[in-house]
Amino acid sequence: MRFSPVIAAILLSSAAFAVEPSEMLKDPALEARAREVSKELRCVQCQNETIDESNAEIARDMRLLVRERIMAGETNDQIMAYMTSRYGDYVRLEPRFMPRTYLLWFGPLIVLLLGGWAVTRRLSTRLETATELSEEEIAELARATDHGYPPPGYLHEKSDTKDPA
Amino acid sequence: MTEAAVKKVNRWPFVLPLVVVTVLGGIFVKRLADVEQGVDPKSIPTVLANTPAPAFDLPPLPGRGEALRSEDLKGQVTLINFWGSWCVACVAEHPMLLEIAKSGVVKIQGIAWRDDPTDSLAWLAKHGDPFDRVGQDPRSRAAIDFGVVAAPESYVIDKQGIIRYKESGIITRDKWQNTIKPLIEKLKLEPVNK
Repeated sequence: MRFSPVIAAILLSSAAFAVEPSEMLKDPALEARAREVSKELRCVQCQNETIDESNAEIARDMRLLVRERIMAGETNDQIMAYMTSRYGDYVRLEPRFMPRTYLLWFGPLIVLLLGGWAVTRRLSTRLETATELSEEEIAELARATDHGYPPPGYLHEKSDTKDPA
Repeated sequence: MTEAAVKKVNRWPFVLPLVVVTVLGGIFVKRLADVEQGVDPKSIPTVLANTPAPAFDLPPLPGRGEALRSEDLKGQVTLINFWGSWCVACVAEHPMLLEIAKSGVVKIQGIAWRDDPTDSLAWLAKHGDPFDRVGQDPRSRAAIDFGVVAAPESYVIDKQGIIRYKESGIITRDKWQNTIKPLIEKLKLEPVNK
């Protein structure tokens, strides 16, 4: 199968970045760190974008500030802490692990456990109701069917016998 | 297995979805009602309320008064307003700011956010100038320090330099009369050093 140049261009092109070449740091390692931090920060104006991909002016200024702070020798954590102190936990795309977010982090696990518990309960209930019949019930079943009902264990012991009646 | 136990197990698959849908529906309706009442779903709660205002030292607009320094504002109640000549909502807010300035209740300090100083000056010449001082914040440094999301945004700062109130968006007459003005008048009665 041959790709047309247009399809190839679409498939091979990387995502459109908001980061402009003039914003980038000269040191590739530091620039990589800036990108990493930018991808964890939510654009305060556009809500569902990171500042790395947002074209909003404020996002651009936040990107520049991240780079400036990296150049000033701050760690990624220090920069995240600064941004959080200004905009709250809102700016962190990944919620922190703390009492207020326990439900968020453990929620799926709790739902899974509840589901497992419900399934186990249901299955065990079925098994219990399907336990061995009493003598009278066997007798009654035997009366009700043409060939009679094989007593418990009979089929296992005499599996070669086809018709127990 | 008793009959009661069997019944209990069989009922849950019907009751549980009903409970979940009812609770979720309740939450959705409440939220929709809130938005209808004027709660902005996009607003971010400020974490800076009742914390010291960030320090800033912003250059003045050329030919218009002195620099805007947080140091100079200590000891007085201040209304800080982030605006820009590019900001459409600021035009709508402006008459209220002019009225507040004229009333003399509080001095308004303007921060020209991400704006060309020439444009800022032209804008003030055209719409009127309610500001005591105006500082330039071309690269959002002060704005990010304050946690500004979008212009206009205003902050009430007390004599100790503590942020006591944030208004995201336009200061309407209603907001001024019923919330901001009473707060400022109360803060003005507080001693400088508590």
